[in-house]
Amino acid sequence: MQQLATNRQRQFAAALLDTTLATPPGLIGPDGELSSKRFAVYRNNVVLGLIEALRANFPATRRIIGDEFFRAMARAYAVSEPPTSPMLFEYGAGFADFVAVFEPAVSLPYLPDVIRIERAWLEAYHARDAVALEPMALAAIPNDRVAELRFSLHPSLRVVRSAFPVVTIWRMNITDGVQGSADVESDGEDALVVRPGAEVEVRLIPPGGAEFITALASGLSLTEATRCAMTEFALFDLSTNLGILVQAGGFSGYGQGESRGKTEAR
Amino acid sequence: MTLALESVALDTRPQAILSRAGVGLKAEHYRTIVATRPDIGFFEVHAENYMGAGGPPHRYLTEIRSHYPLSLHGVGLSIGAAHSLDRHHLQRLKQLIERYQPGLFSEHLAWSTHGTRFFDDLLPIPYTSETLALVTDHIDEVQNTLGRQMLLENPSTYLAFAESTYSEIDFIVETVRRTGCGLLLDVNNVYVSSTNQRWDPIRYLDEYPLAHVQEIHLAGYTREADEAGRPLLIDTHDRPVDELVWSLFEHAIGRVGPKPTLIEWDSKVPTWPELKAEADRAEAIMLAVGKRERHRAATGY
Repeated sequence: MQQLATNRQRQFAAALLDTTLATPPGLIGPDGELSSKRFAVYRNNVVLGLIEALRANFPATRRIIGDEFFRAMARAYAVSEPPTSPMLFEYGAGFADFVAVFEPAVSLPYLPDVIRIERAWLEAYHARDAVALEPMALAAIPNDRVAELRFSLHPSLRVVRSAFPVVTIWRMNITDGVQGSADVESDGEDALVVRPGAEVEVRLIPPGGAEFITALASGLSLTEATRCAMTEFALFDLSTNLGILVQAGGFSGYGQGESRGKTEAR
Repeated sequence: MTLALESVALDTRPQAILSRAGVGLKAEHYRTIVATRPDIGFFEVHAENYMGAGGPPHRYLTEIRSHYPLSLHGVGLSIGAAHSLDRHHLQRLKQLIERYQPGLFSEHLAWSTHGTRFFDDLLPIPYTSETLALVTDHIDEVQNTLGRQMLLENPSTYLAFAESTYSEIDFIVETVRRTGCGLLLDVNNVYVSSTNQRWDPIRYLDEYPLAHVQEIHLAGYTREADEAGRPLLIDTHDRPVDELVWSLFEHAIGRVGPKPTLIEWDSKVPTWPELKAEADRAEAIMLAVGKRERHRAATGY
């Protein structure tokens, strides 16, 4: 049943992305002759469509390397990892890993982390909406109770860790960013990406902060998460980090009790 | 005894799409539309752009939907695929329809997925009894799952299949007869395909099952050439509607009367006034043709 159509589409699909394959037989122009130029329209549409989707999803990356380089890199990625879903705003989950080993880009070792920030930005943009905890709501909790609380992080919250000053680099290359020179040898930066309301915000997190947030995300209490952060950075400052998270709208709720069993992360 | 009136949530959103012009809703225009509430017949969105869990797209669409009728246009269901439909995707469509209550829902006579791959293009199918069976099965499944009629859009095609045994129109007529689906007549696609396939576009329209048309699409195309130097038009949606397509639209409206008509402009998106001007032109044509037809009916000329 439907064997011919299946074979036809298998053949058509394979030749769309692999330009070394010949135009499948039976694809004809109005004179009945095989037309590679006509088949090439579909080849072109597919790849250009995916390049456009990536251009829209990764504007800072494009600005850093220029449009021509970006298109070539996006084309290589699109052919190697075409999307698996018609929801194209999700396309590019593997782009950072692809770029990390993409030969022409190896001289820009920070590029995959810029892509990770842009990817986190997109995920935050489309994430489930939730009301963020107001700083006042937290201030109302008695001090002796806070330490054992377990916080729910906002559904849009993402953390990107980098050995490069990636937040600085990203910021210089967004639409309103001021382009300048960043010292890529300077200290690594970790980013907090969250969208508590309409706007996605990207903030720099101090040392130990990424570990702290990851621990909270896994269900650990404030005390337990602080301990995790201190194993990574002995001078971890709880009040600064907590302040940043609260100000950013990074919490959507809190509760007490046993951890939710997702503590294996640390 | 008091009636709990506040517990009755009335849906006051405009539902039916009138025979006016609308435009494809682009993120670039969200703020202008919300701030200025332009006089326009309806908005149409690509369903897949609103399948995220939350965020600004839903906020804007909810706000815009509270003031305008909405048409939902799928671009990823892959009705012409030789494999079965993606049930998860169909469920996502169902949820969107329940949430936004669009006046019309449409999809394409094309395929765009194979195995786990999504090709982001509307790929052509041969017109055979085998593909007719699979397209009708898929449309049946869509309409049964969604609990409503869908409109099927005629494609822009760049090539033909040697194995085709039906004309495009016979294939569409038979699909409508077997499934009871409605039609979205894309007049730009008629012009693009007719040029590419060396058909007569007027004859195409005259043979088309116009009684089933519930919506019309208009868009811009790009002109290229094939290896023999014959014109090869590409359905790019990146510029104004061509003059020849406007004439063809006028001809179509003369035959079917005014219909909800959409301007599709999806890449190199223009400013809001430019886009709105295209919709105004479509509406002016529908008014003029309507007036002419009424005059003809009244006077016999």
